[in-house]
Amino acid sequence: MAQDHSHDHDHPHGSELSPIEARVRALESLLVEKGYVEPAALDALVEMYETKVGPHNGARVVARAWTDPDFRARLLADATPAIAELGIGGRGGEHMIVVENTPDTHNLVVCTLCSCYPWPVLGLPPVWYKAPPYRARAVIDPRGVLAEFGVTLPETTRITVWDSTAETRFMVLPMRPAGSKGLDEAQLAGLVTRDAMIGTGLAHSPAGEARP
Amino acid sequence: MSAPEPGPFAAPWEAQVFALVVSLQESGLFTWAEWADTLGAAIRPPDGPEAPANYGRWLAALEAILARRGVAGTDAVEVRSRAFLRAAEATPHGQPIVLGNDPLRGG
Repeated sequence: MAQDHSHDHDHPHGSELSPIEARVRALESLLVEKGYVEPAALDALVEMYETKVGPHNGARVVARAWTDPDFRARLLADATPAIAELGIGGRGGEHMIVVENTPDTHNLVVCTLCSCYPWPVLGLPPVWYKAPPYRARAVIDPRGVLAEFGVTLPETTRITVWDSTAETRFMVLPMRPAGSKGLDEAQLAGLVTRDAMIGTGLAHSPAGEARP
Repeated sequence: MSAPEPGPFAAPWEAQVFALVVSLQESGLFTWAEWADTLGAAIRPPDGPEAPANYGRWLAALEAILARRGVAGTDAVEVRSRAFLRAAEATPHGQPIVLGNDPLRGG
């Protein structure tokens, strides 16, 4: 707010624009001038990713797979069209693969190159997913990474790490938690976290405490 | 490491960079594979450690592609950035910063 200003107010002063903000505005204005982008389309994209696209989409997919064995089979066989059945798809999800957690195998997704991520089902990646420590350690020491997320698996559970790329983006189908038998699809979706679908978390149990 | 995050973008400029990249990819200026390669290079400077693939690196990767394609050269971006900085300085608080406010803007 205005009270935060510590310098004197005797002269009129202008607006603040950081160098990076100026650079982004410069790029945008050049691209608009040359007809490469439309301002209204840019605004629509931002609004969509701020309000509509996010892990709640993936949670719907998981809940459906937990309740509908035929859907689950289609999802594991060819994820992109199965996910499209729920009206979910589009950019960044042209070729998705869903990998299923079982008592024997836990799956963990990373992008070692940069930050490839299944946007239609999970939204945009969290900061840690894009950071060098996760990119490097998920491959070298997946069990250690899981421990940092508070996930401890039995020694007998094998951990498989999947490297997402621009063309192929992975999502984890977590195990359905115990005690969730009577729940409907919407209630089940509420148990599915973003991290559970990356593999750095597990689905919540209905009675259990919410974990990130 | 797994604290909940408020939203996908920490600042409006991050959202703008994201929207520019998606929009240009959809219009066919580059493929996602080319984008991932360019971003992968942008986060691996030859003289330093690997960087996070954050939106600052997205901006660097976007500039690299646009320069490579001859869409917007580094000089043009630099000139336009300086114009926006001057325009900002000449714009009273609370009003939109537009290029027309750049005092050096020619006819």
